[in-house]
Parts: sequence; structure tokens; C-alpha cells
Amino acid sequence: MKREIPILIVGITGFTMLIQYFIPTGWSEFIFTYAQDWTIVIGILALPLGIWSLVKANVSKLKVPGERFYSSVLLGGFLIMILTCLSRENIRMGSFHMDIFTYVLVPIQATLFSLLAFYVASAAYRAFRARSILATILLLTAFIIMFRFIPLGPISDLNNSVVTWILTIPNMAAKRALWMGIGLGATATAMKIILGIERTYMGHD
Amino acid sequence: MTFFEKMMQIDRRWVYLAIGLAVIIPAIIPFNVPVSVSPEVEKIYDFVDSTDTGDYIFISVDYDPASMAELHPMATAIINQAFEKGIKIVFVTLSQFGAGMVEQLTNELATKHNKVVGEDYVFLGYRPYPAITIMAMAVDFRVPFPSDYYGTPLDSLPMMNGIKNFFDVKGVIDITSGNTAEFWLTYGNGRFGFPLAIGITGVMSADYYQYLQSGQLFGIIPGVKGAAEYETLVHYPGAGLDQISYQVIAHAVILLFIIISNVAYFATRRKKSKIGGSI
Repeated sequence: MKREIPILIVGITGFTMLIQYFIPTGWSEFIFTYAQDWTIVIGILALPLGIWSLVKANVSKLKVPGERFYSSVLLGGFLIMILTCLSRENIRMGSFHMDIFTYVLVPIQATLFSLLAFYVASAAYRAFRARSILATILLLTAFIIMFRFIPLGPISDLNNSVVTWILTIPNMAAKRALWMGIGLGATATAMKIILGIERTYMGHD
Repeated sequence: MTFFEKMMQIDRRWVYLAIGLAVIIPAIIPFNVPVSVSPEVEKIYDFVDSTDTGDYIFISVDYDPASMAELHPMATAIINQAFEKGIKIVFVTLSQFGAGMVEQLTNELATKHNKVVGEDYVFLGYRPYPAITIMAMAVDFRVPFPSDYYGTPLDSLPMMNGIKNFFDVKGVIDITSGNTAEFWLTYGNGRFGFPLAIGITGVMSADYYQYLQSGQLFGIIPGVKGAAEYETLVHYPGAGLDQISYQVIAHAVILLFIIISNVAYFATRRKKSKIGGSI
């Protein structure tokens, strides 16, 4: 029963959601809304588990000399962000919580992301070499597309036409093939889970 | 060691220095870059421009501070245009840090245009699970968001009277740095058929242009270049036009490095072939 009941719940829920998706009526809307509430409830229940795991892992790291600093910064930031956002008023601009967001989080994330420019330049210098026919095709295509999307681009009408063709014909064919493959794979996996063939999501006894 | 051999083994710190200078120099000596407007950007401008005063548009701000340098300028330009025309905006975010981004945008632009929350714009807030949230909003905005970001019930907001779901807005513009555009395409436009446009980072551009041809998107604003084009159209010069000069120099430096790298590669390969070396 330990395995049969979860499989039954998954099967019934899966088939119900599958059927309601294709039948746009009042009751299917009700089922969808009800299921969405459940998803949110499950998400909320999972949240404390994640917080507990994060705090537990970092509290234990406080004892390790090399890790102590980073874990204390993480735990400090975690506590400050929670304590400064206990009231709904603090989510407005000008509050201490939003000041931390604006003057700490925004610069940190922006700085980290902007470092990509240096890595991209270095990687382009080393990787974009015409070592083979395929690498040459990639290099030429990249150049043609770059000349369309650089601030001064497109450099000519021909450049614009070629890039439009590359993006809408070969690029679209490749993307569609990829997405159809992903879609079919996801459908097959979902059906296996709904029908109880795939059971690894339940873990081991 | 020849010049080309040295270039093949150049220390990456020289590359970093060149990129650093390419970004710093235009900041010290600013210059203007001529901007030509792309049709895919102009279509979004035309869409907002053709929306009547009092009508609704829906903007999903799905990016975090990491991408704000690229995406904030285009969001600012669109909101400026919409507020100036008296268009009502429904904001939402499907990104966990997006709420802060919307707060920044509305705090600055609503004040500038004397717009009031609940009357001229609404910020629904953030919900996880993009696919579920989009499909639930298509039923009724009140399903995933019974109250707005500030805790006010949607039914008590004057702007939300008579507006239920996506069928009551003229179109959706998703400004995103992640994969939420895929969700909007699949579960939004794909299932419910509302007009959809996206504003994306430069590196994402190639992934989404094919949706223009298929008609699933009516417009795309790609990166800082797209933002600069939009700012040119709305006559609100801002961060997009400022940043584009940095990009010109940085792109030129990267292209130059790629050319040097290939010239050095072929020169050293020829030398190795002559002495019987392998590559």
C-alpha cells in the first residue's frame, strides 16, 4: 500500500489535469483553480524545509575555519532580509528593506553579470578560430549575425536579409526540432509517471 | 618566438584590460551613435501608440538586477510612452527579484507622470511557477492574485473594475532575461492567442527571432540596441542611448581580437606545416 496509494493519487490527478486542459468549461476551470491552490500550498510547505536545510548546512559550517566567514555573511544577510520585511510597508521603495535591495543586492548582481563581458571577450579570442570547416561556418555565421545586431548594424540591406534568413529558416528548423524532441520526451515521461511505470520520483524505502 | 606565436599565447589579462578601456573611454569621452530603428522594435512602438487612452496593456517584468542594465532602459521607454498616452498598465513579475524592479520603475515613472497606483496602474506582484500563473491569469487575474502587491484586494481597485483576464487587455509585453518568454509563448500566446511581444537581453535574440516569422510574437526589443531604438522612437533619450556608445567600442574590440586570433592561428599553422609539425 505504501507504493500503490501514491501511484493511484498521481494517476488520478494526472489524468484529471490532462482532461481538464482540453475541455474549457466551468468545472474544468474550477479543477484547475483548485489544483493551483494545492500547488501553492505544497510550495509553501516545501519552503520551510528549504530554509531549514540552508540554515542547518551553514550553521554547521560556522565551525569550519575556512568556511566561517562566508556562512556568517549568508546567515546574516538571510536574517536581515527577513527581519526588515516583516511588515508589508517595507516592500515599498524608501524602506530599509528596499534600500538593502537597491544599494546592496542590485550592485552585487550587476557587478557579477558585467564580469561576463571580460570572460566573453577572452573566450571569443581563444575559441572563435577557424580550425575546421564546421568551425569556419560557425565563425562566419557569428560574424554575419554580429554585424546585424551591433549598435551600428545592420551594416547593409544584404546583411539584414541574410541574418533574417538565417534566424527564420535554419535557426527555426533547428529550434523546432529541438523543442519537438523535448516536448515528446516530456510527454512520454509524464505518461510513464501517470501510468505508474516510472516510479523513481518516490525514492527508495 | 614570432609576433604571431606571442599573439596565440597572449595573457588573458591583456584582453581584460582592452575590454576595460573600451568601456571606460566612452564614459570619459561620450559620443553619439546613429541608431537605425528595426521593424520588430517599431511594431511594439506602433502597438502602444495605437492603443487608446484608458485602454489596458499588460507588462510582465521578468528580470532581476543582473540584467537591469540591459532591460531597465526598454521597460522605462515603454512605460514612459504608455503613461504619456494615458494607457493603464497591469504589471506582474514571474521573477523572484522582479518585484524590486517594478517598484523601482513605478516609483520613478508614476511620480514623473503623476500616475496613481490602483487608478492608472496596478502591480499584481510575484508568484512562482510561471506556467501555472499565466494559465491562472487567463482565467482571472484574481485567481493567482486576489490582492495586489501592496495587499489591496483587486476588486477594491478602481482600475480593475470590468477587467478580468488577458482578453480585457490590448496585449502583453514580457520583458525578460530568462526562460519566462517560453512560458508566455507556450501557455499564453499558444493557448489563449493574445498579442505578445518581448523585450530580451542581447544574447537571447537569436533564440526568439523565429517566433516573429511564425506570428507568435508581434515584436522584439533586443538588448541595449533595441532599447536605444525605442528611446529614439519615443523621444526619451535615456540609459539605452548612453550605453550604446560603450557597446560600439566593446564590440569593435571583441571583433578585432577574433580577427587577430584567426590571423595568428593561420600564420602559426603554416609555419608548423612547413617544419612538419602537427596541429
